[in-house]
Formats: sequence, structure tokens, C-alpha cells
Amino acid sequence: MKNVIAVFQKELRSYFNSPMAYIVIILFVGFANWLFFRSFFMANSASMRMYFSMLPWLFMVFAPLITMRLWAEEKKLNTLELLMTMPLKDWEAVLGKFFSSLFLLVSMLVLSLPLAINVSSLGNMDWGPVIGGYLGAFLMGAAYLSIGLFISSLTQNQIIAAIISFFVCFGLWIVGESIVVFLAPASLVGLLEFIGLGSHFESIGRGVIDSRDLIYYLTVIGFFLYLNVKGVESRKWA
Amino acid sequence: MIEVKGVTKRFGPTIAVNNLSFEVKKGEVLGFLGPNGAGKTTMMRIITCYMPASDGIVKVAGHDTLTDSFKVRERIGYLPESAPLYLDMDVTDYLSFVAQVRGIPSNVRRERIKKITDACGLEKVLGKDIGTLSKGYRQRVGLAQSLIHDPDILILDEPTTGLDPGQIIEIRELIKRIGREKTIILCSHILPEVSATCDRILIINEGQKVASGTPEELATATEGNITVRAKIHGKDAEIRERLEAMENVIGCRVITGGGSSPSTFVLKAKQEGDIGQEVFKMVVENNYSLSELRIERVSLEDVFLHLTTKEREAE
Ligand SMILES: Nc1ncnc2c1ncn2[C@@H]1O[C@H](COP(=O)(O)OP(=O)(O)O)[C@@H](O)[C@H]1O
Ligand SMILES: [Mg+2]
Repeated sequence: MKNVIAVFQKELRSYFNSPMAYIVIILFVGFANWLFFRSFFMANSASMRMYFSMLPWLFMVFAPLITMRLWAEEKKLNTLELLMTMPLKDWEAVLGKFFSSLFLLVSMLVLSLPLAINVSSLGNMDWGPVIGGYLGAFLMGAAYLSIGLFISSLTQNQIIAAIISFFVCFGLWIVGESIVVFLAPASLVGLLEFIGLGSHFESIGRGVIDSRDLIYYLTVIGFFLYLNVKGVESRKWA
Repeated sequence: MIEVKGVTKRFGPTIAVNNLSFEVKKGEVLGFLGPNGAGKTTMMRIITCYMPASDGIVKVAGHDTLTDSFKVRERIGYLPESAPLYLDMDVTDYLSFVAQVRGIPSNVRRERIKKITDACGLEKVLGKDIGTLSKGYRQRVGLAQSLIHDPDILILDEPTTGLDPGQIIEIRELIKRIGREKTIILCSHILPEVSATCDRILIINEGQKVASGTPEELATATEGNITVRAKIHGKDAEIRERLEAMENVIGCRVITGGGSSPSTFVLKAKQEGDIGQEVFKMVVENNYSLSELRIERVSLEDVFLHLTTKEREAE
């Protein structure tokens, strides 16, 4: 655990020592506010439903930007060699990096909280869906981060890592969307709906917190973190 | 302290290290010498547990690198080739990260970092981002990082490559000073780097050991180890025949002089007897005249070149 914390702190220092973290956070909060007020005035009700339905798309862009450097840069600079010859287990490094990216994600969500507070002051807000929405956004963002982190471990090129991560996240999102499910053979519908990141997000967003959805997200996160450990180990396979 | 037995490392069809065995004793400084691509870095990566060998055994302080990798890592300080460091961290933050992972308790961490940065001459750059430092300073940060847990084994891969001459001298001095009580492997593709600082040299080429010994042993171990250059006036063919007939001469090459200037005869000779005197005698006895006689002992440089180019010439 001590090593996880060490890596976590190191990554945060790197994030906040460069303009990258600030730029990503400011852009995100800016976009989120703009999208929110747009949908708020269009829907004209004290609800954040529209806002939460936009978040997955926003995260799809921002999560890869957060994770792209985490491994790709270590590979490019070859600092991986020093990191992995210290008394540190591969999974400790993976977890430390994952938590640092999660920290950024949570900062983004927290900085967009004033939106909810504003809305609640304007009308009678139903807090259930809001809490559900935030929880869903957190889980979904974490799933995207685990995907992005894994993909970052496969290349030295941050830009490539970001682009591929985006497409994988996008793919995992849309397989559960009604249009894809509609086109798919009937035998696959259940499976696709289950795999798709989106369907689970929607049910949490309604304020219905079902343990199956939680388990789903935790499984996705665990799966990609596991792949990530394997990806870091792959240096040994030659 | 370090035992390498029959280690082979393949990358697909490439064999980077080929059945290599050697030992480094406690307190010894081993120069690991070989041309670029010889497999030095790969061998160091195996010793430091970055990657496993395809074959063979490596033990560090009695611990197997495969089964006891953490014990091994704790004993070793490692400075990889070209000092890979986090460019967006400042020196103090970086060193405290390393200290943290190296398990140095938080109450003594600051003290330790101070001690190491003083020893490595980093006082002036502590708050600077590593990315803004010169190569010489980065190499010092790399050294500081490798020493922070006071390891008894130090592995340095090309620590002065890419530095300017002044920085090279400084880093060498630093290594000498810091490394007095440590077991060290110093990798290099340039000879002066290791001949000046190492107790023993191991030369590898294309993944295989080609020679090992003290610098002096290596210099005398190769055949034909004296070169004599003589400028002699007379009939070239006749002179050559006489030179080749001499007991200690192994070979003779003639570089024909232009116009009235004499030809140069380049002799390879055994180290026994006094070859200079013998050539001189031959010249006098036959009434030639000698305008130059130069005897060159083989340097370690020649040995290194000879050993590492042999195979390619034979092809
Ligand atoms: N990760 C790798 N994948 C494939 N080939 C490699 C890898 N690392 C090294 N090699 C090859 O192994 C050989 C030895 O390389 P290296 O150990 O870096 O030599 P040196 O450090 O002596 O210059 C080279 O031919 C190099 O191309
Ligand atoms: Mg090398």
C-alpha cells in the first residue's frame, strides 16, 4: 500500500507540475457548464437529466487525455526501467497510476458540483437522480480511465494512446445503445446490452442503484486493470 | 557477490546475450566492455530484474533474480543508460519518491536526501525541474537516485556517454569517490572509461565473452603483441626475406616508399628477446642503412579492437 501511495503522489506531482492537468480540468468544467446551461434552458426544468446524459460523451474525450501519458511517457523516456527495477510490484504501480487519474476525475466532478447547487436553488429538485447521476458518472469515468490506462501501456506515443482509448470507450459505449441492439441478431441483444457501458449508466442515472450495475462497473475496471498489469509485465515476455 | 551462469537472452531471432558466465567479487569494480549492440545493457537488465534471461542463472548476493527478485532489487543501485528520469519533476520531489519506494522511513528521508545530494553536488539545483538540467546534472541525479538506499552493489550503464569532457572527468571522480566500498559493474563501449577505474575488465562481443582479466593481463594475452616499424634502405625483397627469417618475427608487411625514400617494414614480433637490437644487427651485417626504428607495444585499445573485430574480419 505504501508503494501505491508513493506512485499516486508522484503522478499527481507530475500532473500538477505541468499545465496539462489544469488545462484538462478547466476545459472540462467549461464544457460541462456550457452543456448544462444549454440543456437547462431548453428543458426548462429543475432537473439535471440532460446534463448527465451528456457526461459520458465528455468523459469519452477527457478520460483518454488524463490517462494517455501515464504509461506511454514512462516507455518513451525509459523511466519504466528504473521504476520496475525498484522494489515495487507491477500491480502497485498500476493502482497508484489509476488512483492518480481517478483523483483528477473526481476533481472535475467536484468542480462541477456548483451546477447542482444552482439548480436546486431554482426549483424543487429531486436529489435521487442527481446523486445517482454523480455516482454513475464516477463509475463510468473510472471505467474509461481503466481502459485508457491499459491502452497507454501498449504504446510509447501519447497521442496514439489517446485516440485508441477514445475509440475503445466509444465502442464499449455504443454496443449497448438501442440502435446497435436493434440491428444485432436477437440472440446477442441481452449480451450487448449487458456489455455496453451505457445501459448501466442510464439505470443508475434514474436514481436506481442496483448492485448488478455496480458489479458490472467494478468488473470492467478490474478487468482492464488486470490487463494493464499484464501489459506492464509484457516487457518480460520477449 | 554477483554470479552469472550460462545466461542467454533472445529477442525473437536476435541473440543479445549468448551463454555468458562471469562473477563479480565483493568490493570489486568490473569493467563491462563491448562495442555498441554487444549485449551489455541487456545483461544489466537481467541482473537488475527488469527482464528475465531466456536461459541461465543469475544470483546477486546469493539471491536468485527470478525467485527472490525483491531481495536482489534491494541490494542494487542502478543507473540505466542515458539516465532516464521524470523530466517534469523537480530534483527533491523525484529523490523523495525514490526514497519512499526504496523504503526509507519518512523521519530520516530528508536527511538522507540532503546527504546524497551533497555527495553528488546537486545543492544548487534541488528545486529545479529535471527537464531543465544539463546532461551532466541529470547524470548526477541518476547517480543520487541509485545511491539513496546505500546499496552495496552499483550498476552503471554508460554513465559518461553524451557528456562533454569536463563533465566526464567530474562524473568519473564522483563514481570513484562514492564507489570506494561498493561492488560495481561499469558498462562502457569506450576503453579509457573502464581501464582507468576498474580492477578487472570483461570484454564481450555479439553477446559472448571474448576476454577477461586485469588490464595488464589483457594487454599481454594476445599473440603478436609487439609491432616494429623500421625504415631501411636497400632491396626490399631481400630485406623482407631476412627479416622474416628472424626467430621472433611472426609477420612482415612492406609499405613501399616513394622515389628515393626508403620502404617501411612493419613487423609483428613476439615479446621475447630484444627485437630492436636484432633488427639493428641485421641491418649492420648486411650493409643496409637504417633511418628509423620504432617499437610499439600493444595497448589495451589494440586488444579491444582486435578482440571485437576478429569475427567480422573472418566472415
Ligand atoms: N527489447 C529488445 N527487443 C529486441 N531486440 C533488442 C531489445 N533490446 C536489445 N535488443 C538487441 O539486442 C542486442 C544487444 O543490445 P544491447 O544490450 O542494448 O547492447 P549494448 O548495450 O551493448 O549496446 C542489439 O542487437 C539490440 O538490437
Ligand atoms: Mg547499451
